[in-house]
Amino acid sequence: MSDGMTAGRLRAMWAQHALRERAGAVVGRGEGLFDGPGWGSKAAHALAKTWADKPGIRGFLKANDHKRTGKRFIVTAFLFFSAAGLLAALMRLQLAFPDGRIVGPDLYNQLFTMHGTTMMFIFAVPVMQAMGIYLVPLMIGTRNTAFPRMTACAYWLYLLGALTLWTGFATNTGADAGWFSYVPLAGPEYGTGKRVDIWNNLVNLTEAMGLMVAVDLATTILKMRAPGMSLRRMPVFVWATLVASIMIIFAMPSVMLAANLVQFDRTFATHFFNPAEGGDVLIWQHLFWFFGHPEVYFIFIPALGFVSTIIPTFARRPLFGHTAVVLSLIGTGFLAFGLWVHHMFATNLPELGKGFFTAMSMMIAIPTAVQIFCWIATLWTGRLHLRVPLLYVLAFFVILVLGGMTGIMVGAVPFDLQVHDTYFVVAHLHYVLLGGAVFPLFGAFFYWFPKVTGRLLDERLGRCEFWLFFVGFNVTFFPMHLLGLAGMPRRIYTYGVETGWGTLNLIATIGAVTIAVSMLLFVVNVARSRISGERAGDDPWGAPTLEWATRSPPPPFNFVALPVVASRVPLWAREADEPTHVSGLSAQTREGLVTTVLDALPDVRYSYPSPTIWPFIAAITVVLWLYWSNVTPSGMWYGLIPPAIAFIAWYWPTKKETAEQLLLQRRP
Amino acid sequence: MSTFAVEHPIEASPKRAKAIRRRREATPASVPAVRRGDALDVSDLPSYGFGTRSLMWWGTLGMSTIEGVGFALMILVYFDLKASARVWPNEAPPPDLLWGTVNMGLAFLSMIPNVLANKAADDHDLRKMKFWLVVVTLVGLALLGVRWLEFHALHVKWDSSAYGSAVWVLLGLHTFNLLTNIADFIVIAALIFKGPIDGKRFVDVAENTGYWWFIVLSWIPIYVTIYFGARF
Amino acid sequence: MTGGVHDVQVPAGAQAQAIAELWHVLLPVCTVVFIAIVVALILALRRAPRITENAAPDVSSLWQGEPRIARVVWIAIGLSTFLLAVLLAASVFTDRALAQLPLADALHIELTGYQWWWEARYDDPDPSRLFVTANELHVPVGRPVIVTLVGADVIHSFWVPSLHGKKDLLPGRRQTISFRADRPGIYRGACAEYCGYQHAHMTLFVVADSANDYEYWAARQRAPAAAPTSDAAKRGHDVFLRRSCAMCHAIEGTSAQGRNAPNLTHVASRMTLGAGTLENTTANRAAWILDPQHFKPGANMPPQNLPPDEILALNAYLGTLE
Repeated sequence: MSDGMTAGRLRAMWAQHALRERAGAVVGRGEGLFDGPGWGSKAAHALAKTWADKPGIRGFLKANDHKRTGKRFIVTAFLFFSAAGLLAALMRLQLAFPDGRIVGPDLYNQLFTMHGTTMMFIFAVPVMQAMGIYLVPLMIGTRNTAFPRMTACAYWLYLLGALTLWTGFATNTGADAGWFSYVPLAGPEYGTGKRVDIWNNLVNLTEAMGLMVAVDLATTILKMRAPGMSLRRMPVFVWATLVASIMIIFAMPSVMLAANLVQFDRTFATHFFNPAEGGDVLIWQHLFWFFGHPEVYFIFIPALGFVSTIIPTFARRPLFGHTAVVLSLIGTGFLAFGLWVHHMFATNLPELGKGFFTAMSMMIAIPTAVQIFCWIATLWTGRLHLRVPLLYVLAFFVILVLGGMTGIMVGAVPFDLQVHDTYFVVAHLHYVLLGGAVFPLFGAFFYWFPKVTGRLLDERLGRCEFWLFFVGFNVTFFPMHLLGLAGMPRRIYTYGVETGWGTLNLIATIGAVTIAVSMLLFVVNVARSRISGERAGDDPWGAPTLEWATRSPPPPFNFVALPVVASRVPLWAREADEPTHVSGLSAQTREGLVTTVLDALPDVRYSYPSPTIWPFIAAITVVLWLYWSNVTPSGMWYGLIPPAIAFIAWYWPTKKETAEQLLLQRRP
Repeated sequence: MSTFAVEHPIEASPKRAKAIRRRREATPASVPAVRRGDALDVSDLPSYGFGTRSLMWWGTLGMSTIEGVGFALMILVYFDLKASARVWPNEAPPPDLLWGTVNMGLAFLSMIPNVLANKAADDHDLRKMKFWLVVVTLVGLALLGVRWLEFHALHVKWDSSAYGSAVWVLLGLHTFNLLTNIADFIVIAALIFKGPIDGKRFVDVAENTGYWWFIVLSWIPIYVTIYFGARF
Repeated sequence: MTGGVHDVQVPAGAQAQAIAELWHVLLPVCTVVFIAIVVALILALRRAPRITENAAPDVSSLWQGEPRIARVVWIAIGLSTFLLAVLLAASVFTDRALAQLPLADALHIELTGYQWWWEARYDDPDPSRLFVTANELHVPVGRPVIVTLVGADVIHSFWVPSLHGKKDLLPGRRQTISFRADRPGIYRGACAEYCGYQHAHMTLFVVADSANDYEYWAARQRAPAAAPTSDAAKRGHDVFLRRSCAMCHAIEGTSAQGRNAPNLTHVASRMTLGAGTLENTTANRAAWILDPQHFKPGANMPPQNLPPDEILALNAYLGTLE
C-alpha cells in the first residue's frame, strides 16, 4: 500500500539515516568504508574520491564513467548532425532553381551520400545509444554500465570512423555511392578510387561501436537494476533501450558482413557481386536492408521511450497502458525484421513474396498505433504542465503520424512502384525520422538538460526555436510529397525548367533555411544556459524515475546509496514497509550490485573496471588495422598484431587490481 | 508486508516464491541480502558468480549471438549464390572431405578437456584447471593446423568465382573466431600460470570454455554447408 | 524543350490507372485517420486542466484499472486494424489488376540501361524487322508493350509515371515490365535508381502514337540511314567514319558499328540529345559534339576537338538522319 510519498520526503528520509561506516584505510570485508545514504557523510566523500577521474589529458583519455562517455557521444553526434545539416542546406540551395550551378554532379553526389551516411550512421543510431549510456544506469539505480571500458573504446572507434569519413570528404575523396552504397556502383569496377573504401571503413567502425554499446546496455539492463526493479517495474525508456540493443545485436552484423564482402570484392578480387563470375547484385540489397530496416527502428524505438517518459511527467500521472506499451515495443522490435524487402519492390523478386512484405509493413503500424492511443489516453486523463519538452512530443504526434500514413502508402507494392526512389520517399523518411526521432530527441534534450548540467534551458527561446523548427520542417518536406508524385526522382543534382518542379523546390529550400535558423537558436540556447541558465534542483519537473533522485549534475558515483524500488514510478509511490536503499557496498573501490534478471534480487557484488588508457589505444590500433588492409592485402594479417597487444593489455589485471579483488573477495 | 526479509522475495506470487526458494536451495552458495532497518545490506554477497550470475556470461552471449548471426547470414549468402548458379560449384571440384571431417572429429574431441576445464573452474580446483586449459589449447592449435590444410583442400581460390569467394569467406570467418578464442585461452593460461590470481579468473576460464562450445557448435552448419553444399 | 507528361496522378495507361485508383483509396483513408488522431490529441489537450510541476501526481492508476478509457483504446485499435486490412486488400486487388493486363499482340522491346543512356531494341519474330534506337521510345496507343529490362553496368530503373510504376534494370538479372498507353502523348520517364554522375540526365521519353503514326515511325526506324546527298552531308559522313565517332556509335547502313554509345541511325528524329540533356536542334548538336562535358559533365563522351568546318559538315550529315 502506498502512502503517496513525494520525492522530497523520500530524499529527506535517505538523508536522515545514519550510515554504516568504519574507519580504516585498508579495504576489505569487515573493514574500510561502506556506502550508505547521506550526501555530506564520510562515505560520500570517499565515494567521490574513488570515482573521480584523474585531471588533465590522461584522465580524459582514460575515463570510463558512463556519463562522460555518454556526453562525449552526444556532443560528437550533434556536431556531425549540424555538419550533415549544412550539407543538406547546400543541396537545397542547388535544387532551389532549375539548372542550378552552385554545385556540380560530383560534389552533389558526395553531398547526399555524406548527408545520409552521417545522419544515419554517425548521428541517429549513436545519439540514441548515447542517451541510453547516459540515462540507463541512472534510471535503473546503478553506478556505471556493465562494461564501461568497452563503451569507452566504442566512443573512440566511433570518433575515428566519423573523422575518417569526413577527412575523405574534405579531400575530395568523399563517399559518393549513396548512403546505401548499392553495388555494382560501389563495386570494384564502377566505384573508382578510395571513396567506397572509406565508406566501408566507416560502416565497420560505427557498427562495431554500435554492437559494443548494445551488448553493454543490454547486460546492464538485464543484470544491474536496483533491487526491486523487476521487469514489470522497469521504466519504458529502459525497455526501449533493451529492445533496441537486442535488435542491434541481430541486425548490425548484416551490414558489417555486407560492407566487408564489398571490400573483399574491391581489395581481394572476390566475386560476390560480380554476375559474370556467379555473383549476385541483390545480395547486397538483402544484407543491407536486413540491417537497414531494423536500423530505422532502433532509432525510432528509443525515441518512443522518450515520449513514454516525458508524457507521464507532464501529465502528472503514470503512463496509461504501461504493459501494452512495453509489449508494443517488443512487438515492433520483432516485426521490424520482417519488412526489409519493401525496399526492394522494384527488383525481380517473386511477386508473392513482395505481397507478404506489404502485409508485414502494414502490420507494424499496429503496435505503434497502440502506443499512440495509450499516450493520448494518458494526456486525456492527466493534468497538463505545458513546457517545451511536451511541445516537442506533441509535434512528434503530428509529424510522425503523417509519416506513418505515408509509410502505409508506400508499403503497398503497386503504389510503391510509383513513388519508390522519388521525393515522396524523401518526404516520408524525413517525416518519420525527424518526427519520430529528432523531435522527441529535442524534447528529451530539454527534459534532461537540467539533470546533465544542473541548469534549465531557456523556456522562451525554446518555444521560439520549436515553432521555427516545426513550421520550417513542414514547409521543407511537405512539398516533397507532391514533387515525388510529379515525377521527381531522388539523387538528381539538377532538373530542367520544363519539368515544372521549380516552385515546390524553392518552397522546400525556404523551409530548409528556416530549420537552419532554428538550429542556430538551439545552439545559442544551449550556450547561454550552460553559463547563466536558471539553476535546476535535483528534480525540476517533479518526475517519477530514479535519475531525478540524485543531484544535478549527478556525481560520478551517481547515488550515495543505491536505491531500492517498489513501484513503476519510484519517486511518486513506494511501499511503506519496504527498504529504501542498499548499503554495504565499498566506498573505497568502485563497487556496484548485480541483481537477478526477472525480479532484480541482489545477487553478486561487482567491481567496476577502473579507468585505463588501453581502450583508447585499442581503438587506434583497430583503425590502423583497417587502413592498413585498405592499402595492402597483407595488412589484414600484420595489422592484427597491434590490436592483439592492446586488447591483451586491456584485459590483463594490474597487481593492484588483483590485490584489491583478493581483499574484497567472497566466493559464491 | 516486508518483502526484503531473508526468505521472502518482493511481490512474488506464492508459486514464484517457491521457485525462487528452490533455486536458492539448488545453489546454496547464493547469499541473500540482509534487511537492516531501511537498508538492504549486501556486504555479505559474493564478489563474483558463475554462469548467468556473471556479467561476462551475458557479454559472451552477446558476442556469440553477433558472430552467430554473421555466420548464419554468410551461409545464406552461400545458398543464395548457389540458387542462382546454373552449375555449382562453378569451375571447381567439391572440397575434399578428409581434413574437414578430421577437424569435426577434433572439435568434438576438444569438448572433453573443455568440459573438464569448466568443471575445474567451477570447483576452484587450480591444478586441474591449469592442466585441462593446456590440453584444450593444444587441441585448439591442432585444429588451427588442420584448418590450414582444409583451406588447401578447397581446390579453389577466392578470386576465381563467386563459389570460391563464398567458401573462403565462410571458412575464413570461422577460422578468425577460432583464432581469437585460442588466443583467449593462451592469454588466460599465461595469466593463471603467472599468478597470483583472484576468483574472477575462474569465471574467465568458465566463460571461455562456454565460448568454445559456440566455436564447436557453429562449425557444424558451416561444415555441412562447405562440404555438402557443393555435393547436392 | 518539351517536358512531357510525368504525373502519377495523371495516368495515361491501364497500369498507371490501376495504381492511381489505389492512391484514391489510400489517400482518403490515411487522411481521415491522421485527422482523427490529431483531433483526439487536440481534444485531450483542451480538456486536461493545466497545473505546475509541483502538483502532486495522481498515482491511483497503479492499482486501479481504467475500464472506460481502456475500452475506447481497444475500439481504436480494432478500428485501425480493420482499416489496415482494408488497405491491404486494396493493395492486393491492385496487384492482381496489374498482373492481369491483357498481353495479346504485345510489342516487345529490350531496354538496356547504360551509364547514362538507354538502348532500346525493338524485337520482332522476323529478324529483319529488328531495329535499335536510343533514349526515345515510340509505342502504339492501345497495344500492350512488354519491355525486358537489362542492366549493362550498374543498377538503373525504368520509370514512366504516367504509364506504370518502376522496375529496376539489374546486372545479371532480367525482368519484364508490361504497360499499355491508352492516350496519345509524350510521356517523360526518368532513371529512378542512382547510377552515378549523370543519373540526373538519364531521361527517357515514351511517345504514344496512334497505330498508323507508330507504323510509320517504326518503318522509318527499320530503314538504314539514308545515303548522304549534299556535299556537306557527304563530307560529314567521311568525318564520322574517319574520326573517333564510329568507335562508339553505330549508323546502320554504314561501316560505323560501334555499340558503346547511342545508335545514331535516326538521331535527327529524336526530341532530345544526351538522354534529355538538350533539345535536339542543329545548334545544340554542334555544341554537344564539341564539348558534351559542358552540358553533361562525367558523361562517357569526350570532347571532340574538330575544326569548325568538320563540325558543320558532321552536323549537316547527322541532320539528314531522320
